[in-house]
Amino acid sequence: MRLLRDLVRTPEGAIGLGILTALVLVALFAPVLSAGDPLRIAGRALLPPFTDPAFPLGTDRLGRDVLAGILHGTRTSLSVGLAAALAAIAIGLCVGLTAGFAGGLVDEGLMRVVDAFQIVPSFLLALAFVSVIGASVPVVVLAIALGAWADPARLTRAQVLSIRERDYVASARVIGMHPAEIAFREILPNALPPVLALSAIIVAAAILTEAALSFLGLGDPNVVTWGSMIAEGRNILRSSPSLSIFPGIALVVTVVGVYLFSEGLTKALGGRRLEP
Amino acid sequence: MTLLTIENLSKRFSSGGREVAAVSDVSLTLEPGETLGLVGASGSGKSTLARILMRLLPADAGAIQFEGKDWLTLSGAELRRHRARMQMVFQDVLGAFNPRATVASVLDDPLRIHAIVPKAERPRAIAALLDRVGLPASYAERSIRDVSGGQRQRIAIARAIATKPSLIVLDEAVSALDVSIRGKILELLVELQEERGISYLFVSHDLAVLRAVSHRIAVMETGRLVETGPMRQVIENPQSPAAKALIGAVPRLVTEPTEGPSHDV
Repeated sequence: MRLLRDLVRTPEGAIGLGILTALVLVALFAPVLSAGDPLRIAGRALLPPFTDPAFPLGTDRLGRDVLAGILHGTRTSLSVGLAAALAAIAIGLCVGLTAGFAGGLVDEGLMRVVDAFQIVPSFLLALAFVSVIGASVPVVVLAIALGAWADPARLTRAQVLSIRERDYVASARVIGMHPAEIAFREILPNALPPVLALSAIIVAAAILTEAALSFLGLGDPNVVTWGSMIAEGRNILRSSPSLSIFPGIALVVTVVGVYLFSEGLTKALGGRRLEP
Repeated sequence: MTLLTIENLSKRFSSGGREVAAVSDVSLTLEPGETLGLVGASGSGKSTLARILMRLLPADAGAIQFEGKDWLTLSGAELRRHRARMQMVFQDVLGAFNPRATVASVLDDPLRIHAIVPKAERPRAIAALLDRVGLPASYAERSIRDVSGGQRQRIAIARAIATKPSLIVLDEAVSALDVSIRGKILELLVELQEERGISYLFVSHDLAVLRAVSHRIAVMETGRLVETGPMRQVIENPQSPAAKALIGAVPRLVTEPTEGPSHDV
């Protein structure tokens, strides 16, 4: 709660939180705001935007409602982005904690695996993964997570290594605390904040990767995504640029919102640590 | 019976291919109810010695007898259980506490881990500990970050005495404190010693502090113990160059006129 208050006090945090809240509300109420399947043919094809009150943002080549696509696309983008980031953070935390605590050979081994994943460009990895296994939402989530877990793993390990040497951990050992309790009560909660700040950036990257995969036609074909809408509009970019522009704006707003949120979060966490 | 015997303790650190002897061939004894002041310039190995004694660092060679047990061979659950008898107060009054802790949780940990007080009676025991170190019981609910440095050190002392130890290692325990608070903390430590017969190994670079509380003083230099003796003897008639340098470094107020012509104006 205190963190939330600190977060809203920074301008970035307040704007980011506002944008994200709006997006989450849109995602939650998309079926209410625009009923029915957004992929169905709803009206005349290539209706320009702001001409027909039934289709405020116009229709695409097949006569699908652009606004409905954008509203429902929010669901895909946010859920895939969040799920992929959550999976990446979860894998990264586990690996980082194990490496940091175990040390020695286990640490060496795990960090070389992390190196391997960091060397391969994450987008190429996702591309290859989806091409081989096939496009569906869970596979896309896993593919993005595979390319993103190395950073949180590294950060978590560094945090654990640094906190392990603090006096309060020594103090916990001195009073005879069990090593497991030291790990989960003394070290883990204090290692988390920077990893959480990083997670917002991972969400933004995951949303962009998902859009890029969809743009290349490797997204789940059964759900509407902003990436696939941009790809769809690309073919007639000169005659109806709005088909690509509107989902593009949605994507930019989302990613900027996530970045601002993460910036505010970092500031709020940083300010806290400076307190005496 | 001697409480603590350290025999030929050695510890080397290697960094970048260079070997540094942090502690070499140190032997010490400590009697029950006694305060041994361990003094030395920074880098003399006194903190390393304290950390080896607390089993926070492994020793390379040597043996430690504590309360008749071979202290360095204890491990696992047995070591954790025996840690109750030997406690430590750290120098850094901020870093020695988990930043998320409250005063109550800091004092609850030792009582819970060593099952000293049943759960229902712990709030009362915590209040009694706070009272013993001169803090009001209402402090229990505070976050450790909302407490001043001197009060934090009182809490650290309360945490150390919670397990009823026979030895407390004080690693520069008053160095970070304001001079006015320092005296009060030292008084509290002496009071606790008289009341409970606790022995102290008081590690400090400050002879003025050690003079106020120590029975005996041991002087360390580059990992070696160069002089040990009763407090008065070491301070009034130091034998080793290291002890002489440390005594010469104690700042004093100039009250008598200086001899000869003054060179600086």
